[in-house]
Amino acid sequence: MTVRDVRDKLGAKVLAGENHLDEEVRSACGSDMMSDVLAFSKDHSVLLTGLCNPQVIRTAEMLDIVCIVFVRGKKPDESMLLMAEERGIIILSTGHRMFSACGLLYEAGLHGGAI
Amino acid sequence: MTDMITFHYRISPDDFTRAGEASSDVKSKLKKMGVTPEAVRKVAIAMYEGEINMVIHAQGGEITVNITTDRIEMILADVGPGIPDVGLAMQAGYSTAPDAVRSLGFGAGMGLPNMKKYSDEMEIDTVIGKGTTIHMMVNI
Repeated sequence: MTVRDVRDKLGAKVLAGENHLDEEVRSACGSDMMSDVLAFSKDHSVLLTGLCNPQVIRTAEMLDIVCIVFVRGKKPDESMLLMAEERGIIILSTGHRMFSACGLLYEAGLHGGAI
Repeated sequence: MTDMITFHYRISPDDFTRAGEASSDVKSKLKKMGVTPEAVRKVAIAMYEGEINMVIHAQGGEITVNITTDRIEMILADVGPGIPDVGLAMQAGYSTAPDAVRSLGFGAGMGLPNMKKYSDEMEIDTVIGKGTTIHMMVNI
């Protein structure tokens, strides 16, 4: 699945990384706790979260996460978007709640990967 | 004798927004040096968790990173309150972080367990009221 597919499935807006939508994603992780994300996330992942602070971008950076989806209509501020652009991380925002957003992606074939 | 490169960072206290800058810098330097992606990822995650811990629990501190041809050593030293029960602190899910920290996405009790998981060796020296020094090693 590509980030473009993720965007389409979630009806999401692209807030950063518009030129990288063809990047492949192989697994996903949904959490508001960054320590859990650091413990369980895999390569080429999408992170879905309702947490909106600079440490979300940093966590994604450490894990080489391809794309962050902010759920429940959360929108990061300009400084966070700049951080993401500088690190090549794609930022999406969807109005779906966490459970629904995860469900839509899971149904479309994107799974969490083995623990 | 093995050549060694050393980087040194001072971690600011109570500046949660900037927490992770040192780990980010080390990650980018290791990538440029051609260190394997797996080792870079392990160092980045282990150091980032440590850096966050220093800001949350210990009013900042200092991090030294020594890089040789076969390993990366991280030394995280603070003059915080110390860890009363290291065994308990190493249990996944145990946390003493305040609710304010949890609302920022940390304090799930995974910091130290993650640091151990992603480093090949880890040693904790802690003295109550004096501070904590954590040595972590990642083999290249």
